[in-house]
Amino acid sequence: MPYGPHTMADRARMLATVGIDSVDELFADIPVALRASRLDLPEPEPELVLAARLESLAARNRVDLASFLGAGVYRHYSPAAVDQILLRGEWYTAYTPYQPEISQGTLQSIYEYESLIAELVALDVVSASHYDGAAATAEAALMTCRSTRRERVLVSRAVHRQYRETLATYFLGGELELDEIPVVADGPDAGTTDLAALERLLAEADRPVAGVIAGQPNFFGLLEPMAEIGRLAHATGALFVAVVEPVSLAVLAPPGAYGADIAAGEGQPLGIAPQYGGPFLGILACTDGLVRQIPGRLVGMTADLDGKRAYVMTMRAREQDIRREKAASNICTNQALLALAASVYLACIGPHGLRDVAALGAARAAELEAALAAAGAPRLHPGPYLNEFVVRVPDAPAVHRRLLERGILAGLVLAEAEPGDPALADGLLVCATEVTTAEEIDRFAAALADALADAPAVEPGARTAATAGAVR
Amino acid sequence: MAPVDLRYTRDHEWVRVEGDVATIGITEYAAGQLGDIVFVELPEVGRTLERAAAFGVVESVKAVSDLFAPVSGRVVEANDALAGQPELVNGDPYGGGWMLRITLSEPSQLDELLDAAAYDALIAEG
Repeated sequence: MPYGPHTMADRARMLATVGIDSVDELFADIPVALRASRLDLPEPEPELVLAARLESLAARNRVDLASFLGAGVYRHYSPAAVDQILLRGEWYTAYTPYQPEISQGTLQSIYEYESLIAELVALDVVSASHYDGAAATAEAALMTCRSTRRERVLVSRAVHRQYRETLATYFLGGELELDEIPVVADGPDAGTTDLAALERLLAEADRPVAGVIAGQPNFFGLLEPMAEIGRLAHATGALFVAVVEPVSLAVLAPPGAYGADIAAGEGQPLGIAPQYGGPFLGILACTDGLVRQIPGRLVGMTADLDGKRAYVMTMRAREQDIRREKAASNICTNQALLALAASVYLACIGPHGLRDVAALGAARAAELEAALAAAGAPRLHPGPYLNEFVVRVPDAPAVHRRLLERGILAGLVLAEAEPGDPALADGLLVCATEVTTAEEIDRFAAALADALADAPAVEPGARTAATAGAVR
Repeated sequence: MAPVDLRYTRDHEWVRVEGDVATIGITEYAAGQLGDIVFVELPEVGRTLERAAAFGVVESVKAVSDLFAPVSGRVVEANDALAGQPELVNGDPYGGGWMLRITLSEPSQLDELLDAAAYDALIAEG
């Protein structure tokens, strides 16, 4: 069989076999406006000119900012070994090492990734790996449905909105239902998952729940009563999915300790730069009882015929090449290079180092909270947080823009991220990590105090009643 | 040769009838074709099966295959031993490798199953 592109005759035969006249008919379901159009490229340029142009494009990135932006993607120091090891060409494939006899290095790296993450989440099984935290969370939701043979999943509104949107996309068009659990509006638990509402949703007659999803820390940086959420879920036969931030697990209880059946999360904080739009790393782990439901590669350690240590893919029959349409997932690829980055990062930093990273971030965040409160921006929620929290700033979008002009990225404007929620209209979601400096915190607080002093006084009645109520 | 006291489907399941209870498994031929079986997923007791509907999955080192109900009925027992010893399906397909016991809801469906001679002829055809 020749290794070449399909000839016109090949194509004609395939089209005749499926009974259509042109390849375009296969794309009929995609609106014309969304289809790829002809690439409209400029003429080639000399390398010298091109390099200058790319440099000027790259210079538009604001790398000078003091950043307090987190919201699911976090700045951390990455040891030089991480990027150096990733430069090795042997790693440059996401393809599955189906032949263990020629893939021991790749298999070992995946085994180590799975072992390190398993230790972090305190669950039995880790798969390698998924596109990002949102995709891993959606896979976790589907696992709960397959395992319980139920069709309804509850997700806390305090889980990142983009994760909830990804879940909604996965649930589109099938039998599955997705309901959101509200967050507590005020009082000491404001901003966390509403347990009373969860109990009501779980108790709805004839609508049994497959899984309950909550984040720790949640999108607002707050700590959730995870053990209690898990207990309520389990009492009705539902599974419990914890959406976690991996660095936090060095200081917070791991999902396995509070009864989560599945952990999903974004692996970016583990040695992966906060690059715009990814690529990132989806972490997914579960208890041993769910091992046949978890999608992705599982690598096991065994012995070969001579008794020597060997690594092999295991439980392959869950995957697409064997199980076809009944596979555990319809996504068959993985993020091997980024999983490797996470492994190298964790191996370099070590358990004590990771604890230092998490604890230093929390200490910096406490300094940030005090400095912003003194500058006139107190916290919105009273509950405990780790290294990210929401502050109240009158006219937050405008203040955010003014601070950007002064070289400060003042977190996430919640009026833009969560436009439907009046309680968040004045919120800025800010975070600190171990790379945040005291000098950056001082600059942020001083610039914020200036911006608030300069702000035109808000006329009474100019704000909606709901917003005014929320900031009081 | 397939045991003469059993009935068979074209999907390579066998059925043993005792009163109104049918025991179901897969044939020696099917187990041999699948290779070493590593996992059998069975329905829970109490579930109602429609004839020809997939009721479980058998997984070998090289393939995964659906299990189809030879007749309609309600599951009264599943072979829990297969969870720890799936190799029973290879080693003793008509004995310890049984999978389900169901109460028949339409016993007349048994008449449509193959006898041992017809099943042997089917696998001889290949």
